[in-house]
Amino acid sequence: MRWIWIDKFIEFTPRTSATTVKNVSLAEEHLHDLYPDFPVVPHSLLVEGFAQTAGILVGEARNFAEKVILAKVSRATFHRLVRPGDTIHFIARVDQLSEQGASTSGTITCGGELVGEIEMMFSHIDQNMAGLEFPEHNFVFTEQFTELLKGYRAGGVVTI
Amino acid sequence: MALSRDEIYSKVQGVLVDALGVDEDDVTPTASLRADLGAESIDFLDITFRLEKAFTTDPTKPFKIPRGELFPEELNTEFVQEGKLTDAGLAEVHRRLPHADLAKLDQTRDSALIPDLFAVQDIVDYIQRKLGS
Repeated sequence: MRWIWIDKFIEFTPRTSATTVKNVSLAEEHLHDLYPDFPVVPHSLLVEGFAQTAGILVGEARNFAEKVILAKVSRATFHRLVRPGDTIHFIARVDQLSEQGASTSGTITCGGELVGEIEMMFSHIDQNMAGLEFPEHNFVFTEQFTELLKGYRAGGVVTI
Repeated sequence: MALSRDEIYSKVQGVLVDALGVDEDDVTPTASLRADLGAESIDFLDITFRLEKAFTTDPTKPFKIPRGELFPEELNTEFVQEGKLTDAGLAEVHRRLPHADLAKLDQTRDSALIPDLFAVQDIVDYIQRKLGS
């Protein structure tokens, strides 16, 4: 399974904000695991989708030179469920950014309705965990994630 | 107009309640950020960001906390070498944490002990010094 919970970017303002879209399909296996007779997207995966949106925004701010990891979910409040057939938007903004990390906040919406409100912190682990061993390569921003942003910048046109 | 110490304390208390998810009553002047309020390493960055926001009254003159200036765990190599405080580092900790019991730190010079010593009133002291109030 590909651990990627956003489909595409529809807005990206460097160091400021980003919006992504996720289309929820009944074909996704995880929908059948939580409540077999009542498929819903678990809140934890909505948090992950927001984290991927905000994480790419934070990583791009320093040209993906840092290993950016989700360090803290300061707040996650949910107001409604997300179900198969829904199209959701993850709307993230950078509140503060330093060489050590960033704080972000934003919302998840569906058809104009508020699904959730989230605040989360990201850490640049090479700046904060000196002495701990991490791989030399940037294992956070794999090709899967960087390709998403390239697709947005190319206007969604993919050339082969 | 300069903020009073009580006003600074009230803002710091609000920041810690939001950042650490603790009750207002738990945030006392002598409460240790780690031992009493349960702060973990990322919380120190979160607190720094929230303090910058809370004490910025004029967006054209943001209240900034340079790296290493507030929290001792970020002391630079002038102050810490191979996990041990240098003479200059030990003097700096005494200056920054005037309320703390530093006997064990004086004896071991182990920099890992420092975050446990940092208390709420040390943040208030820092903000008060920085604002010159």
